[in-house]
Amino acid sequence: MKLDFSGLESSAPLYGGNDNLLSDGFSDAPSFDLPVTSDFDGFQKNSIQMVKPAKGTTTLAFIFKDGVMVAADSRASMGGYISSQSVKKIIEINPYMLGTMAGGAADCQFWHRNLGIKCRLHELANKRRISVTGASKLLANILYSYRGMGLSVGTMIAGWDEKGPGLYYVDSEGGRLKGTKFSVGSGSPYAYGVLDSGYNYDMSIDEAAELARRAIYHATFRDGASGGVASVYHVGPTGWTKLSGDDVGELHYSYYPVEPAVVEHEMTEAVTA
Amino acid sequence: MECVFGMVGKDFALVVADTSAVNSILVHKSNEDKIMVLDNHKLMGASGEAGDRAQFTEYVQKNVSLYQFRNGIPLTTKAAANFIRGELATALRKNPYQVNIILAGYEKETGPSLYFIDYIATLHKVDKAAFGYGSYFALSMMDRHYHPDMTVEEAVKLADQCIDEIRSRLVVAPQNFVIKIVDKDGAREHSWRRTTKE
Repeated sequence: MKLDFSGLESSAPLYGGNDNLLSDGFSDAPSFDLPVTSDFDGFQKNSIQMVKPAKGTTTLAFIFKDGVMVAADSRASMGGYISSQSVKKIIEINPYMLGTMAGGAADCQFWHRNLGIKCRLHELANKRRISVTGASKLLANILYSYRGMGLSVGTMIAGWDEKGPGLYYVDSEGGRLKGTKFSVGSGSPYAYGVLDSGYNYDMSIDEAAELARRAIYHATFRDGASGGVASVYHVGPTGWTKLSGDDVGELHYSYYPVEPAVVEHEMTEAVTA
Repeated sequence: MECVFGMVGKDFALVVADTSAVNSILVHKSNEDKIMVLDNHKLMGASGEAGDRAQFTEYVQKNVSLYQFRNGIPLTTKAAANFIRGELATALRKNPYQVNIILAGYEKETGPSLYFIDYIATLHKVDKAAFGYGSYFALSMMDRHYHPDMTVEEAVKLADQCIDEIRSRLVVAPQNFVIKIVDKDGAREHSWRRTTKE
């Protein structure tokens, strides 16, 4: 069935014309040809479901008195297949801002890199660093403009600016939340439990790192789509530092060491008559 | 599971909204303010899809400010309501915004007013309105107990009754609520109703 879309066409271009020399390629209105199908709504739903990965990961971040603690696992899965155990899910946007990756790896990496570029341009244009609020708003607006087109990004922007530590959750549906504690991904409900019960604003850096590590470990224990290495980063007034990267399998045995089993009867040589 | 409701009183209008930011089964935040102060004498409570709610309400707020800068006088509540409805209607057949809005405002000349604006650009001037699953409980409560020219105490008491009903009867009720009021002294936060601290 050929649908008649003439009513939807606008006479004037929505964004700047194509001969605009300053166009950077991203300001043109995104568009694509609609497929010929009898059930367009069903097709659209199916195609979005196909493209949209299930955010198989665990990432978390929280603000405490000494800054922001950011942690993530490192497993990439495609359905039931583990495609990698060593994915970098904490992306370094600039020396004082970190982004976490959940959802489509390409989407997260590309748009975080793009955000880094925009932050640097802001620094050069305004002679001062961009705030975490500003950076997260830039990313949220970009993602909002691609809303409904199948981007899958669930990220947290953590950084330290003039106002102190800042943490924002930004996702591909266009949502942006300011907060003190977030966890994103398929393992996030498990991580929230450990994080909420152990959280204290006045923790030291070591205590906070251990809480973050423990929360990621427990999420990887229960969630099949999370695993690999638990990386923990700290963002302080002088920027971010990587604190640790521990294999969760080894963490398991360090938290729950194997007790030698009590042997009741030992096998001995049968006494020959 | 978002709940926004509002009512008009003697010389004021009240808007109540839950403050939860939810993603499938997870509550990311329980202190998210969904009632935006448009200008000195206008409140806009919004519920709907996360990105649309924040972006559209900010867009409206900036345009309302722009009008005031350009023309030296603020928009009336009726004009703001019609502007919002117009924006929703224009976007409806291309790129619809999934936001439901309750606009409350106060003018010296016309007194308090409340507007119900649907996500499909329905506009009604009303005395009481509600959106979300909470509306099933709030609307009947308000229908039963509301009367014109209520005092602030009576209106807050009715709002509390609605919140209690939502808390006890809605299967996944929001944890915290915020109450905002607009009257001749301006638009401001009145109080919170919390069950959790964060």
